[in-house]
Amino acid sequence: MATKNKLVQWTPTDVKEELLKKYPPKVARKRAQSILINEALENTTPEIQANVRTIPGVITMRGCTYAGCKGVIMGPTRDIVNIVHGPIGCSFYAWLTRRNQTDAGEAGENYMPYAFSTDMQDSDIIFGGEKKLKAAIQEAYDLFHPKGICVFATCPVGLIGDDIHAVSREMKEKFGDCNVFAFSCEGYKGVSQSAGHHIANNQVFKHLVGTGENERPGEYKINLLGEYNIGGDGFEIDRVLKLCGITNIATFSGNSSYNQFATAHKADLSCVMCHRSINYVADMLETKYGIPWIKVNFIGAEATAKSLRKIGQYFGDKTLIARIEEVIATEMVKVKEVLSEVKPRTEGKTAMIFVGGSRAHHYMELFNELGMKTVSTGYEFGHRDDYEGRQVIPNLKVDADSRNIEEIEVEADPERFNLRKSPDEMQALEAAGFEFKKYDGLIPDMEKGTLIIDDLNQYEAEKLVEIIKPDIFCAGIKEKYSIQKLGIPLKQLHSYDYGGPYAGFKGAVNFYNEIDRLVNSKVWSYMKAPWQENPELSATYVWE
Amino acid sequence: MLLRHTPKEVTPRSALVINPAKTCQPIGAMYAALGIHGCLPHSHGSQGCCAYHRSALTKHYKEPVSAATSSFTEGASVFGGQANLLQAIENIFTVYEPEVIAVHTTCLSETIGDDIKQIRDKADKQGLIPKGKHVIYCNTPSYVGSHVTGFSNMVKGMTELSTSTGKKNGKVNVIPGWVEPSDMEEVKRLAALMNVPITLFPDTSGVLNGPLSGEYHMFPEGGVTIKELIEAGDAIGTLALGEWCSADAARNLDTKCKVPCKVLDIPFGLSATDRFIDALRTIAGTSVPEEITRERGQLVDMISDTHQYYYKKKVAIYGDPDQVISMVEFLVSIDMCPVHVVTGTSGAKFEKRIKELTAHLPYEVNVKAWGDMFLLHQWIKNEPVDLLIGNTYGKYIARDEDIPFLRWGFPILDRVGHQYFPTVGYKGGLRLLEKILGLLLDRKDRDDPETVFELTL
Repeated sequence: MATKNKLVQWTPTDVKEELLKKYPPKVARKRAQSILINEALENTTPEIQANVRTIPGVITMRGCTYAGCKGVIMGPTRDIVNIVHGPIGCSFYAWLTRRNQTDAGEAGENYMPYAFSTDMQDSDIIFGGEKKLKAAIQEAYDLFHPKGICVFATCPVGLIGDDIHAVSREMKEKFGDCNVFAFSCEGYKGVSQSAGHHIANNQVFKHLVGTGENERPGEYKINLLGEYNIGGDGFEIDRVLKLCGITNIATFSGNSSYNQFATAHKADLSCVMCHRSINYVADMLETKYGIPWIKVNFIGAEATAKSLRKIGQYFGDKTLIARIEEVIATEMVKVKEVLSEVKPRTEGKTAMIFVGGSRAHHYMELFNELGMKTVSTGYEFGHRDDYEGRQVIPNLKVDADSRNIEEIEVEADPERFNLRKSPDEMQALEAAGFEFKKYDGLIPDMEKGTLIIDDLNQYEAEKLVEIIKPDIFCAGIKEKYSIQKLGIPLKQLHSYDYGGPYAGFKGAVNFYNEIDRLVNSKVWSYMKAPWQENPELSATYVWE
Repeated sequence: MLLRHTPKEVTPRSALVINPAKTCQPIGAMYAALGIHGCLPHSHGSQGCCAYHRSALTKHYKEPVSAATSSFTEGASVFGGQANLLQAIENIFTVYEPEVIAVHTTCLSETIGDDIKQIRDKADKQGLIPKGKHVIYCNTPSYVGSHVTGFSNMVKGMTELSTSTGKKNGKVNVIPGWVEPSDMEEVKRLAALMNVPITLFPDTSGVLNGPLSGEYHMFPEGGVTIKELIEAGDAIGTLALGEWCSADAARNLDTKCKVPCKVLDIPFGLSATDRFIDALRTIAGTSVPEEITRERGQLVDMISDTHQYYYKKKVAIYGDPDQVISMVEFLVSIDMCPVHVVTGTSGAKFEKRIKELTAHLPYEVNVKAWGDMFLLHQWIKNEPVDLLIGNTYGKYIARDEDIPFLRWGFPILDRVGHQYFPTVGYKGGLRLLEKILGLLLDRKDRDDPETVFELTL
């Protein structure tokens, strides 16, 4: 089967046809638009269908809006009590299951090891759950006296019409010293986690950002947007920033605290990591407070160096720039040492990455550094701009599913808006090749003839692996073991297989070693027993 | 401290559950459905439900767990999920070609009132279900009961396939309850030793403990077949292991096909296994083979050899009702002292059983059904224990309070072994004791002063 296929020369068109062959015609037509054979066009990037409904029954990788809101965005904030209003499952499954690490210190507030739920029963569904929610908020307040309590709607809450926002407002007023606000993040909204990111970020922006004054002291103040401290990525980035003398006011939302969000308006530059989950917050921070934003990527040693230099160039301070160069030079010693040791064993190997809304793009950097080619890739919940670049945003179609995700309108804050750079300074930077608000997406970094597939499903994944036989496949826990049964190592890029960090310089070193371990592991050679490899019976057993 | 905000003082809570000792129905239905050969579980609801359940089961087993979803959007939530489910059924049978699709509902589809039977019949009429293939279903509203209820409902859904020909086939149905694939294998081994032909359902052995061989089979060898489920209606009787997990299905078979049933505890530990073996012996009308009696003797031998280390040791335990009941009985039988007992699933019967099992002890046990791990932790702060038993989430309590911790139950996300080594039966009892003893003695070795440090224990 699979081994024979490798001998056949498959063209990308053949592969695409093979992926679509078994579908009912309607499904095949729809999936065809989400499977792109990359081609080099002159001035434009080819178009792909993304952020559309998953076809029922195809076995998608995607999760729901609640997962994006509670799990991804609000999960990593340690000093807010997150109450899930709904039946018990939703709270249970989002309980410590994402690896966003946090550093609360010895005695700091940290509610992340706790799961809070209203555990709705059938009587709550029939008679309404507002009373129970109110009581639950009160009980949480009495027990913990947190700075903030967030309430998350699950599917039935939207259907029965509990007004979680009114309840939250009432309780906030009642307490006086606790910010209570809610998220209408019912799982059925939108088409993937992405809608949940948006709902979460909107509420954080409305109810939290700009409510505090005492920001972290320091020079060269930035926000890091879309970094979730999975496996300690954020810790490593913060370490590097600190070495450079850059102050991270607020990370949205890895290792975050209430006060960091509240003072985010004090930063002078927003650096966007995960474009998908948060680019709109960067826009809102600029419109309301005058903070410009740039796209950064701390995944990959070279990418990290490039991002640091970009920050240095923005602030334009010679001391800062010199310090950044010094840090890069020092850190790169170890990076190069490990890379030169590992690369001979990874060079020329191939990878597939199907994950997230930005990670699939970011991790190509690390594979490039290892001399490995990404032969096929795609996002789980990306939008067209994450594939094709931000220039497509004005032309994105608003459909029934995106229409119900609120876009909040912000305007310049009359008191706190201030331009970080004068228009002349901004122009000078741009003239020198500095790019604000710029993201070209994943497609331009992929070679011609590679397959880019949005919302890959189990059937397509299995086919791709069988036909192309990559040396490593990157996805998540649900995909891990079916791919590995085929004898191909799968690296989880949601949970990092409980390893990491992979960001920054130390992260790059960790990743090099991890990929070396995976693609060169002896375990893949143990799959057949000696009698399966040589089933012929010899005439007699040869005794010693 | 990880759980640094948990106060020692217990205050009553009426609305807020903190650190649940249960999850919702659909995951139980999904797990049960995986125990049917050639079955693809299907979650009729939002994508997140399916993703969460698959993730949890995959992390617990380190094995592929395939399941599909109706991928509800806001439109489906308003207009009903019929179109989604019909499309899903067509796509699943076309692309993945299972023998059977086992549909379970979610709080979403239950709240809007989708009628799965009607949708299935419609799929049938439209020819979306290929000849010889099946769609079974159960209702699993997440706001009723717990994951245990969902398991029970799907097992009951399986018995809807059963028919009675009027002629008994001499087999015994055994419903093992929510136990591991290794446990199901062990139940089959014991029945084979007894020469009792059984139909075990669900049966996840061979499904969720598969080998790595370079081949991926979406539908592995294991699982109860549809044919066996149909023929379960002709069995001479049903042994349902666990009131919460298995009784409903057994009683349904009784009502539907006149297959008499008996509800036993899940055979964890000496006495529950004794009752199970004795029941099999009586049904088959044979004597118990020497091999099993010998296994029993080995367990008794180990209890006697190591009894001094269990004696009067205090235990806190949380988990699912059927499992916890058998375990508490086992702990009491070796003179350990379960002092705090919690299940997240509701049921006054649970509290009653635990009280009965511990009635003769010189203290009153703290027991709560529909409790949570926050309460359990508070109890432990008030009365410390020597051993904590429960699923992986207990590691936060164990670390904070420095308690030896036996991972047992669902889910176990941070250790392996449950896929391969049973804890049911006498052999399972040996394994439980080995683990408990190791934990207690490791602690003793760690804490004993150098002056009294012992070589032999």
